[in-house]
Amino acid sequence: MKVAITSRENSIDSIIDSRFGRCAYFAIYDTETKETEFVKNPNKEANEGAGPASVKFIASYRVEKAVSGEFGFKIKSLMNEVNIQMIVIQEEKTIKEIVDLLNK
Amino acid sequence: MTSIPTVSGYKPYGENARRGEKNAIFLLLEEYEALKLNDYENRIQCEAAQIMQVSRPTYTRIYMSARQKIATAFVEGRQLIIEGGKVEYSKGWFLCNDCACLFDKMEKDELICPLCKSKNLEEYFYDLFMEEASENENQDIECGRMKCRNRGHNNRNDI
Repeated sequence: MKVAITSRENSIDSIIDSRFGRCAYFAIYDTETKETEFVKNPNKEANEGAGPASVKFIASYRVEKAVSGEFGFKIKSLMNEVNIQMIVIQEEKTIKEIVDLLNK
Repeated sequence: MTSIPTVSGYKPYGENARRGEKNAIFLLLEEYEALKLNDYENRIQCEAAQIMQVSRPTYTRIYMSARQKIATAFVEGRQLIIEGGKVEYSKGWFLCNDCACLFDKMEKDELICPLCKSKNLEEYFYDLFMEEASENENQDIECGRMKCRNRGHNNRNDI
């Protein structure tokens, strides 16, 4: 199963990006191969609709869960359509800490 | 409705406070929400109406009623109780008491924390629209009668 985590930088030690639609990178973690791939968010500088475009973007990676600091209000119905579960982290955790939690 | 009020009402205090406690004013939950969206989160009325899923005129009516009630409570020194009304919370969110994450439950899954697999969970009323505030700034929002290009226009009814 793949999990998308919003990230400020493209390293495993970087802190989770609190914004979903306008995060800098998505860390795509695969729970089976234990590998993390970093992809740049193409919607970071978008004028509008960054949230919905980002939902489509991560859905194309076939992720089943999305981890971020917060999600916009349009996002929930879109996420339900593509069957992605939303997980909100309220503290400043690193990508590695989240991956460790997923492996618990 | 996205989050529940922090307290269930306000009591006057001071010399004549006792009198106000007897005939309390009831602020409906939708009135509380309307006031919160406009005056606390500084949203324009079109946007607030969309969030509350009511028409723009209906929103204004709810909002004006909220202001009227609060002003009456202030001036007449009456107690204010927040309750009742036709509201729906954003449901299906849970808080994990172990890793402090929030998540929405998928229908097929059993109720377990998707991060740390804990079962120490509680239901949570999650406020879902912080991000959208900045996104809507450059957009024209249809508000029933006309396009509101001017943010100032929306606030004319506020006072």
